[in-house]
Amino acid sequence: MPSYDERWLDAKAGPVVRPYALTRGRTRHSGEAFDLVATVIATRRRVADPSTLAPEHLSVLQLARAQTTVVDIASDVDLPLGVVRILLADLRELGLVAIQAPVPAKAQQVDRNTLREVLHGLRGL
Amino acid sequence: MAYGGYEQGGAAPRSHRAIKILLAGGFGVGKTTLVGAVSEIRPLRTEEPLSESSIGTDSAAGVERKTTTTVAMDFGRITLREDLVLYLFGTPGQERFWFMWDELALGALGAVVLADTRRLADCFPAIDYFERRDIPFIIALNCFDGARRHSADDVRIALDLDPGLPIIMCDARSRESAKEVLITLVEHVLSVADEPVSRLSPVDSYHSFNRGISRGDRPRAFSLALWATPPIGLSLWATPPIRTPRGRG
Repeated sequence: MPSYDERWLDAKAGPVVRPYALTRGRTRHSGEAFDLVATVIATRRRVADPSTLAPEHLSVLQLARAQTTVVDIASDVDLPLGVVRILLADLRELGLVAIQAPVPAKAQQVDRNTLREVLHGLRGL
Repeated sequence: MAYGGYEQGGAAPRSHRAIKILLAGGFGVGKTTLVGAVSEIRPLRTEEPLSESSIGTDSAAGVERKTTTTVAMDFGRITLREDLVLYLFGTPGQERFWFMWDELALGALGAVVLADTRRLADCFPAIDYFERRDIPFIIALNCFDGARRHSADDVRIALDLDPGLPIIMCDARSRESAKEVLITLVEHVLSVADEPVSRLSPVDSYHSFNRGISRGDRPRAFSLALWATPPIGLSLWATPPIRTPRGRG
């Protein structure tokens, strides 16, 4: 099922533009798992050797300069969620971003006050 | 506490609360429309590997052979307050997408099952999924122009839903209507949270599992002529709906 962006993915183009080629074929990220609405923020640590990072790593890092989430980054860089996860985990390993679980980590933990705040917020939209 | 003030390494500020709401339903039922009506809809896709062969390796070899499937999701964000953000995820309702739901459902506040009364069977898998996972949900009936309308009670019987489960008529194109859908869901979650011992036991879950199979067998549902088109869902329920485990770790 070819789509417009898959036209680049023939044998001659090689694996370079395959989504998971950005991750050197890895389909699982390293380290601890994180939610898709987990908070991400750059630690502002200096990149020791920028040549070790792909341009996509740098794009993701740039977006994380202001606090954001995994899905927001995936949407903004227009890369598949799974790929963004791997890039983020790489950056975390290098100490360049901090990834933190979303505050209500489980539905059961969405406390009544938060639910009321959500309700109030929705009514005020 | 201001985000801009975060200059040092270490833990991120905790003030940001992200609330996930799922929107499930068959193709063409209006998920995208509803998300777009109430939030800024944004592109989000996931590219899921289907092959296990190269998982866990760092080698690029085999990438060309690897089969992946791209799934576009409806993704919307509603900033209620600076520190309180709702994330809406519209996902296809078919069972083959359940690997994705497992992740989306984790920690979700609840779910909206968007249904079209002309193709009610399309939402069977979603209802069963949420029932078995004990995820609070409501039914929103998207009332298309010219679509034959059924009362909420008729739909409740046809779907074999608990009396307390909200069923709301909506117009997915209308911002106010879409807002009302979300408000109904949050009110429902609040009311469920009020019930002292209402969590489903494994036995109850099994019961609702079986009930799901019998859903399509109800003669009354047929007499209501809710099955204007052959209910594809029926063939799904002819065999026990064994939930596909996640394809990856």
